[in-house]
Parts: sequence; structure tokens; C-alpha cells
Amino acid sequence: MLTTVRRAVFGQARRGLAQANSLSSLQRLLSTLAVLEQNNGKLNTGSLSAITAAKKLGGPIHAFVAGGNIKSVADEAAKVDGVEKIIAVDNSAYDRGLPENYAPLLVENIKKGGYTHVIAGHTAFGKNLLPRVAALLDTQQISDITSIENENTFVRPIYAGNAIATVESSDSIKVITIRGTAFPAAEVAGGSASVEAGVDPKAESATEWVSEDLATSDRPDLATASRVVSGGRGLKSKEQFDKVMLPLADALGAAVGASRAAVDDGYADNSLQVGQTGKVVAPQLYMAVGISGAIQHLAGMKDSKVIAAINKDADAPIFQVADVGLVGDLFEKVPELTEKLKSA
Amino acid sequence: MSALRILVPVKRVIDYAVKPRVNKAQTGVETNVKHSMNPFDELSVEESVRIREKKSAPGGVEDICVISAGPPKAQDTLRTAMAMGADRAIHVETKEGEDLEPLSVAKLLKSVVEQQKSNLVILGKQSIDDDANQTGQMLAGLLGWPQATQASKVMFEKEGDAVTVTREVDGGSETVRAKLPMVITTDLRLNEPRYASLPNIMKAKKKPLEKKKLEDFGITAERRLKIVKVTEPPPRQGGGKVDDVDGLVSKLKELGAL
Repeated sequence: MLTTVRRAVFGQARRGLAQANSLSSLQRLLSTLAVLEQNNGKLNTGSLSAITAAKKLGGPIHAFVAGGNIKSVADEAAKVDGVEKIIAVDNSAYDRGLPENYAPLLVENIKKGGYTHVIAGHTAFGKNLLPRVAALLDTQQISDITSIENENTFVRPIYAGNAIATVESSDSIKVITIRGTAFPAAEVAGGSASVEAGVDPKAESATEWVSEDLATSDRPDLATASRVVSGGRGLKSKEQFDKVMLPLADALGAAVGASRAAVDDGYADNSLQVGQTGKVVAPQLYMAVGISGAIQHLAGMKDSKVIAAINKDADAPIFQVADVGLVGDLFEKVPELTEKLKSA
Repeated sequence: MSALRILVPVKRVIDYAVKPRVNKAQTGVETNVKHSMNPFDELSVEESVRIREKKSAPGGVEDICVISAGPPKAQDTLRTAMAMGADRAIHVETKEGEDLEPLSVAKLLKSVVEQQKSNLVILGKQSIDDDANQTGQMLAGLLGWPQATQASKVMFEKEGDAVTVTREVDGGSETVRAKLPMVITTDLRLNEPRYASLPNIMKAKKKPLEKKKLEDFGITAERRLKIVKVTEPPPRQGGGKVDDVDGLVSKLKELGAL
């Protein structure tokens, strides 16, 4: 008897609550969750692009971080201007960003926060994770956007950047990955967000992280460098690639990139590949050396501010997009250029 | 270890070497051009066939089924996959110009996986037309299966159901291990797809190709993302050539790049 009454009362209360909820969701303004990346207890500042994109949407911005001993990462993220709250989940199970447990974790926190937009970078982490999150939320993700027209409408390159699509989403939660080069990373300054512990569903990951093999380099990071020098098949071997390209990169303070041909032939590491299937860069200066300029390569660099090309083939397609081109033997021209830059 | 029943989704796309042109109505790109199998899907087919040929999976490969959702011409793509070594094909026919979004494809594939009792799905990491890079991850999420995306190496343990996959990530590679059933998406470095030989192309014509409709799987072609317009990217004009290194340096200074 008591139980029945209780159930009825609670039922009513619950219905009232549900009503209030649906009402508030009608009036609810958009709010965004920016998913930040961390690596070994360090905030990946490149992932702060998600906050820049969130600012363009308007509305309150919360940022999400997860991992073991997450406090210092959360505190650093809290200094980013424009962020209201940092949702932090302290659990080393999320250190490696394995989507099998990270996706349910995000889904729980998205539901709890009632976000209308979820944004992460179109990085290896974002690409691996967000589509799984979107599927769990039954929403069609919008990948690799380069611009935001309004809260429902986004611009994204398709066909390796040979066409630009404007798409309008009808989903109630927009799950978005952004092209980092189109949204500069937000600065870690001026903010004072509160840090709050997020919900942790403690889902198991069926996948186990075994190891990683990261290319170490003192040069700037390819994806965010302001100058990039990139070598192609014209370099002919790994030895010559290193001998010609690395001093040029050092003279310019540039990151090193490579075409797919150069990577396939083993001149450079896979992670240095620029193009549709590699990284997309948009530095102040992109210098293409011994690269013909296939459409798949152009997809990764044609938004660079200034493009320079050195190639012995005067008809190479790269010259059609280069702001300045030099026809000549790269083994002669590049060392000469490196010397002149050094003495300048 | 259970015998592998591999499902390989393939997509017919505009050939990678063709430069796509936006149509006059700004609704999409001109499609009256050469089409081929999505390059990343060729890698998926190749990998499946190699797993069988190299006997790398302890339980062996029982079945390699390729599937494509697309217009009638998608059958050519399926025949190509069978000529490369797939056993059979399922064609889910859609109308010309009726493109499924990744979420719909993932839902379709989930039904197919259940029906076909697949325990390994190998997909390309992205299709080179809409560049979404979503379907494999979405499928894994819907099935609740582990996923290994952007695979450059797939290795089976000598016993049991564990699979070790090396993945391409930013800055290098990472290795993860999971147990079947699972979803893998391919990166370019995984293998080098074979060319189908003429005798194999002839044989592929006799392999079974089952025709299905979207309704058979309870899927509709409705879109969550409306394409408002498709435009050409802003053109980039070459700035001409210089004669020597000095010219290059001074031009770069003039452009503010140095």
C-alpha cells in the first residue's frame, strides 16, 4: 500500500520533472563540451582548438579531460579564457584514450551536462573516439569542419579538399571534429574555470594498450608549425632526404613533412606524411622540395599562407599553386638556399 | 580459436586520380567520371585474402564476404573484390545519387554482421569521397565490439582469439590488443593490394552475389545532414617562377614568409 502510494507520488514527481526538463530543453541555449587531449599528464595544447571553435558557437563552454592524476591538466585547462567549467575524470583507465571505455565515459558526461554540441580535434584521438560516441548517441557526426556558419550549419572539405560542402545537421546533439589548422588553439591565459569531477561509468575496455613508438624530434610539431619544409620522391633516398631537408628545416626553424611517395619509399616516417591520408597543415610558409603536387598531397597543404616549390620539372602541378617556384636541381638549389638562409 | 568469418565493406567512389568538379547546381560533384573501389577498401580485401593465404589466423578463414551499398554499378566493385579473392558478395542496392551517411551504413552493417555471423569486419579508414572516417568506429560502437583503427599491421596470436594491431597515430604508431569479434580499419601502410588477374576476373563472375534492398535491413536513406551546397574551393593562383635562389629568397621576403 505504502509502496503503491510512494510509487504514485514519485511517478508524479518524476513526470513533473520530465516536463520541466523538456520545457527547459526547449528554452535551453546551446552549450558545448570541448574534449581535450592529454598525454602522459600533459595537456595537448593543440586540442585547445576545440575551445576556439566552441567560442564561435556562443553559449557556455565546458571542457573535458580524463586520465590518471588529471588535476594538473585540469588546472592548466582552467586557465583558458572563455571556459566556464572543466569536467575532469581522474582514472588512469583513460590515459590511452581507448574508445571502448572512453566513448561510454563521454556519453555519460554529455548526457549529464545536456550539451548540444560536442567538439574534438580531427586528430588520431578524435577520429578514433568521436564516431563511436556519435553512434552511441545515435547522431550523425560532422567530421573535419573548417568553419561554423551557425549552430546547425558547418563547412567541411570533401573529395580531398577539391570541393567544399556546407551541411546542416538535424540532430539534437551535434558531434563534431574540427580541422586544427582552421581554428587556432585557444590561449592558456586569462581564464578561471571551475574544476568539477565528471561521472565515471567505469566501463571495461575490451582493447588493451600494448605499446607505442613515437618519432622523437626537437623540431616543431608538423601539424602546428608556422613553417614546414616537405620532401618528395625527388630526394631519391633516406640519406639524401636527411642530408638535404634537415639542414633546411633547421635554418628555417621549420617542421619536416613528406609526400606519400617519400614515405612509401622509406625516406621519412609515416607520421610526417602531408596529404589527404596524412596530416593537413596550413603554415605561414610551406616549401615543397622534389614534390610534383598530386591532388592527394595538395589536399594536405593548399591552405598554407605562402607556398614555395623547388622542382626540376617546370611542368609539375605544384607550380600551379606555388606563390613562388624555382625550377632546378634540388640537390644544388636546396643547399645553396640553406647557406643563404643561415648567413642572412 | 573460432574460424574467421570476415566481412569486408567496400565502396564505389570516384577514382582517386580524377580531379572532382563541382556540378553547376552546386549540389555535389560531377559523377559521370571514372569510378573505382575506394583505395582503403582494396587494402581491406587484400588483408582478408592474405590472412587466408598466409594461414596467419589459427582458426583459419571460413568465409570472406564483401558487401557494398550503392547503385547497380557497385556490383562492378564487388566483382573486383571477388576477383581479388573474396568468396561472395552482398549488394544492397540504392538509387543513383542516394548516398547513405556513415551512421546508416554502420546500422546496415550491424544487421549484416548479425545475419552473416561475422566475427571480424575490416573496413577502410575513410572513403576518399566524403572523407568522414567514421563508419568503422560507429559499427564497433553499435556492436559493442573492440576497434582498431588505422591499422598498419594485423597479427594473430598462435592460439586463442587475440589480435594485435599496430595503428598509425599522430607522431608515430601504437599497438593494441583485443579479442575477436572486432572491427579493424585499414591505413595505407597495411599492405599493397594485388591486381586481379584475368582468370580470377573470369572466376569472380561465377561467384555468388546476393542482391538486397535497404528495407531488408530496416534502413532508410534519410539523411541527418542536409547538404546545403557544394562549392569549388577558392582557387589558388601560382605566383610565377624565379630564376635562382636569390630570387626565391627575395620573393619570400616580399611575401612576408621570411
